[in-house]
Amino acid sequence: MAIRGTEIKIQGLTHRYSSRTGVTFNRVDLVSPPGEALAIIGRSGCGKSTLLHILAGILKPTEGKVLLNGTAITAPSPRWVMMFQAPHLFPWMTVSQNVGVGLSFGRWSKEETEERVTEAIKLVELQDFAMANVQDLSGGQQQRVALARSLVMEPELLLLDEPFSALDAFTRSSLQKDVRNIAKRKGFNIVFVTHDIDEAVIMGDRAVIMAGSPGNIVHELDIDLPDPRDRHDAAVQALRTRLMATFQEAANYKKPESATLAA
Amino acid sequence: MNYAVTSAGEGGFCRLMKHRAVQSLGWAAGGIAILAILWLIGGYFIANNPTTKTFVKFGLLPTLEAFPELWGAGKIQNALAASGFRLGSGLLMAIVIGVPIGILMGRIKWFRDFTNSPFQFVRMISPLSWMPLAVLVFATWNGSIIFLIAIAAVWPVMFATAAGLAKVDPNWFKVARNLGATPMHILTKVIMPAITFDVLSGIRLALGVAWIVLVPAEYLGVTSGLGYAIEDARETLSYNHLTAMVVTIGIVGYFLDSILVALIKRYSWHRGG
Repeated sequence: MAIRGTEIKIQGLTHRYSSRTGVTFNRVDLVSPPGEALAIIGRSGCGKSTLLHILAGILKPTEGKVLLNGTAITAPSPRWVMMFQAPHLFPWMTVSQNVGVGLSFGRWSKEETEERVTEAIKLVELQDFAMANVQDLSGGQQQRVALARSLVMEPELLLLDEPFSALDAFTRSSLQKDVRNIAKRKGFNIVFVTHDIDEAVIMGDRAVIMAGSPGNIVHELDIDLPDPRDRHDAAVQALRTRLMATFQEAANYKKPESATLAA
Repeated sequence: MNYAVTSAGEGGFCRLMKHRAVQSLGWAAGGIAILAILWLIGGYFIANNPTTKTFVKFGLLPTLEAFPELWGAGKIQNALAASGFRLGSGLLMAIVIGVPIGILMGRIKWFRDFTNSPFQFVRMISPLSWMPLAVLVFATWNGSIIFLIAIAAVWPVMFATAAGLAKVDPNWFKVARNLGATPMHILTKVIMPAITFDVLSGIRLALGVAWIVLVPAEYLGVTSGLGYAIEDARETLSYNHLTAMVVTIGIVGYFLDSILVALIKRYSWHRGG
């Protein structure tokens, strides 16, 4: 399974849901080099998930564009795949069938499909459950199936919208490491939205912080840490503290106006 | 030692009796036996009452005697073939029309709002009340009966399909599109497997309605089918033939319903359903 990364260029991206609603975010610019794991953090309502949906081609921007190695994203594609907060598996299918469902939408031979599905299931360590119905799996296992379903498409970009927020702490920690390891091994880009500072530090190479209304990127921080990362390491803790401070600074974005109003 | 051997033997029988399928079969056989006994008792009273003695052939034993006679003459087979063709054609029409319209109703809100009132209105019209119109419109009796069955059976199929689609998780569509699915993929690989249980449940209801409409529709005009056979037996005062045909309708209806129940179980993905 050979996957390559991609350069993501976000240029002057603006979005509003309708003419009656306010602007979600305004003129966002961002570049992410091939193979980068980029965390987008910020308070609720700053437009993180909307930005991710535009990156996936599920939503269209009001202005601006997103380029993947020069190709504009205008619609969903197996080249850029999104993994959602809940696994949303097809309950009438087995693990194998769920993992291979994206390939069944394309023109893949039976042999190639089997080969790729087997490899993807192995990557998420669910070999023993390949023929099980997905309803018989735990929440963590189901999210692993959703991960394999995305990986089997060999995307250049994997988008994750708070994918582990509904899981218990142990499963979440294990999946965070797994996703980062697989992405680094295969070389594809990750862009993930999270509220969890620890998740950003464990999984990301860089974190961008969105704030304001309309939202925009107000800070960014390189997470230059060696792998494997452990949340108890001093370096991880130090970076977590720095990111938290930056996040709080971002939360005070526009505070002077609020202070004036309060006064 | 002897105790152990006896216990093992009894254990095997007890295990068999505790098996759910055997238990179900036992309860079903018990229910049928009670029905047969009540019929037998009823037949006895009819036979021993001078005012009802003429109808003695309605009893269980004369009815059972009529079966080999009717089967030997090929009357049951011919009636089943004619009725089966009408029932199958009518149901097929109901499915071909009902499923796509049900999908549109479940998927497109304006279409649901647009069609709900007229469909509910037409649904409330008794299927047999269409008979005079059907006779005028269709050149053959067969055509009229198939139309009546179709118009009776289309509503359960249509509304069950729409209700099934309304329960489909919209996130499945988002996931499928995200993985490169075309609208045809979404129809064949997401919608249809997701609603098969509901469609089959609708067909099961439709079968019941169609079966109810079929027999009275065959009382008129046609010279074949189960309804005709009952009417013919009544006119020739062959009461045991009449009851044998009624029992045949019950057996075949039960058999067809069992097939659909098995299909519903096979295609149901709901846990605990």
